[in-house]
Amino acid sequence: MSRSRALLICLALALTLALISTPALADPVLKMASTTSTANTGLLDYLADLFKKDTGVELQFVAVGTGKALALGANCDVDVLLVHAPAAEKKYVDEGNGVDRREVMYNDFVIIGPPEDPAGIKGLKVTEALAAVAGKKAPFASRGDNSGTDKMEKSLWKAAKMDVPEKESWYVQTGQGMIKTINVATEKKGYTLTDRGTFIKFADTHKGNPPLKILVEGDEVLFNQYSVIRVNPDKCKQVKTDLALKFADWIVSEATQAKIGEFKLLGQKLFIPNAKK
Amino acid sequence: MGGSLDYIWDGLITAVGLLVRLDPETFSAVAATVKVSSMSMGLSLIIGLPLGFALAQTRFPGRRAARTTVDTLLSLPTVVIGLLAYTFISRRGPLGGLELLFTLQGVALAQTFLALPIVISLTAAAVEGQDRRLRQTLLTLGASARQTARSTLWEARFAVLAAALAAYGRVVSEVGISMMVGGNIKWHTRTITTAIALETGKGEFGMGIALGVVLMIWAGILNLLLAWLKKRSEP
Repeated sequence: MSRSRALLICLALALTLALISTPALADPVLKMASTTSTANTGLLDYLADLFKKDTGVELQFVAVGTGKALALGANCDVDVLLVHAPAAEKKYVDEGNGVDRREVMYNDFVIIGPPEDPAGIKGLKVTEALAAVAGKKAPFASRGDNSGTDKMEKSLWKAAKMDVPEKESWYVQTGQGMIKTINVATEKKGYTLTDRGTFIKFADTHKGNPPLKILVEGDEVLFNQYSVIRVNPDKCKQVKTDLALKFADWIVSEATQAKIGEFKLLGQKLFIPNAKK
Repeated sequence: MGGSLDYIWDGLITAVGLLVRLDPETFSAVAATVKVSSMSMGLSLIIGLPLGFALAQTRFPGRRAARTTVDTLLSLPTVVIGLLAYTFISRRGPLGGLELLFTLQGVALAQTFLALPIVISLTAAAVEGQDRRLRQTLLTLGASARQTARSTLWEARFAVLAAALAAYGRVVSEVGISMMVGGNIKWHTRTITTAIALETGKGEFGMGIALGVVLMIWAGILNLLLAWLKKRSEP
């Protein structure tokens, strides 16, 4: 029966696609888990292109919250991490999940909000600003996803001597990436904590005139350090240690550090290189 | 004013530009969706069609329980399937050695579990909808079990095609599995749906619309094809 044979051929073709899709002889691949801030800003695409040019290695990254990135590393699903939650990172290395943590770049966190500033937080210190937001019950969008930004935000509530206002109606936990969370804050005409790099990207998308503005910045506690951590090869036998090492050495090298500094939007640096010489 | 409509209009213009210029990122997402949905549909049809037939025609103990199970699996959310798939194919899981995580093959395998209940359940319904006398006629003509199965499925072919299309629709529009198992990696596992769901959040509204348009056109073509096939077979 030629009809069923034709059908079988179609199905066989579909499955053959599976084999053809396997890039058996492609370039070496390094798998990285990073954060939504490094991905959303376009920095990871920029770095991946440079890395490919300099070393011929293809950098494939998944952009998830720092919490999930650390979990992926612990499960040996990726080879290297680029994250920004120093306290969690140090614990991670102590527990034997990661090795060779090196600082790479920094920016700072800022609190952004509507120009009308209903809670009147402009120019205040972080702890005072959060108290004002809570007092006025102004809408506040939180990442709520265990990311580096989320961990920072929770530590700030703590520093302001308040419980994280989880159950409050004005406190919105989006559980999503940074730009999505900023969009929620915009819709609700509320506040949110973001890293400056992502905010610049947001402003750039709005052609330099974003609906939310930076209201609180410069406080010391808002320092935001990004580091690269290699997944522990003793724990994860299959990890591509040589490629991970190549990446770690490359990203702290003077040439790459300079390139990170050249990554700008609206004329501003999104991340400031600070690898130890 | 002028805020909201301009936003949508800008998106549409960007979308047309991306499609006309054959923007590589956009079409990489389209290619990824086509590849992964073909793989998962191929696999689920190969397994599901015979199983659906068997479920309808053969009598075996626990048949009703099997039918109920399959029907219940129809409601399984994609994020649950994605999560279960992740636990199995993560390096830490039993199938970790197969290196399926963050690959299209891994997504296709997990998507098969999404499509299979649909194919089985609707094929069984299609076969059950056949005239009972068909089977008896085939048997009196001396048909073997395999020939009976093929003839019955052929007679029910439009209902079976509808089942396949329903499964395809579900597979091609899901996000949960593609995200959890695929990781939305650019050029590799970024599909139409993960690109729309995740890239539009970054303000790539135009690309989201472009991809949505491609998906709708593709679905439209498939349905036109089915309608044409149906027309052709009518006397």
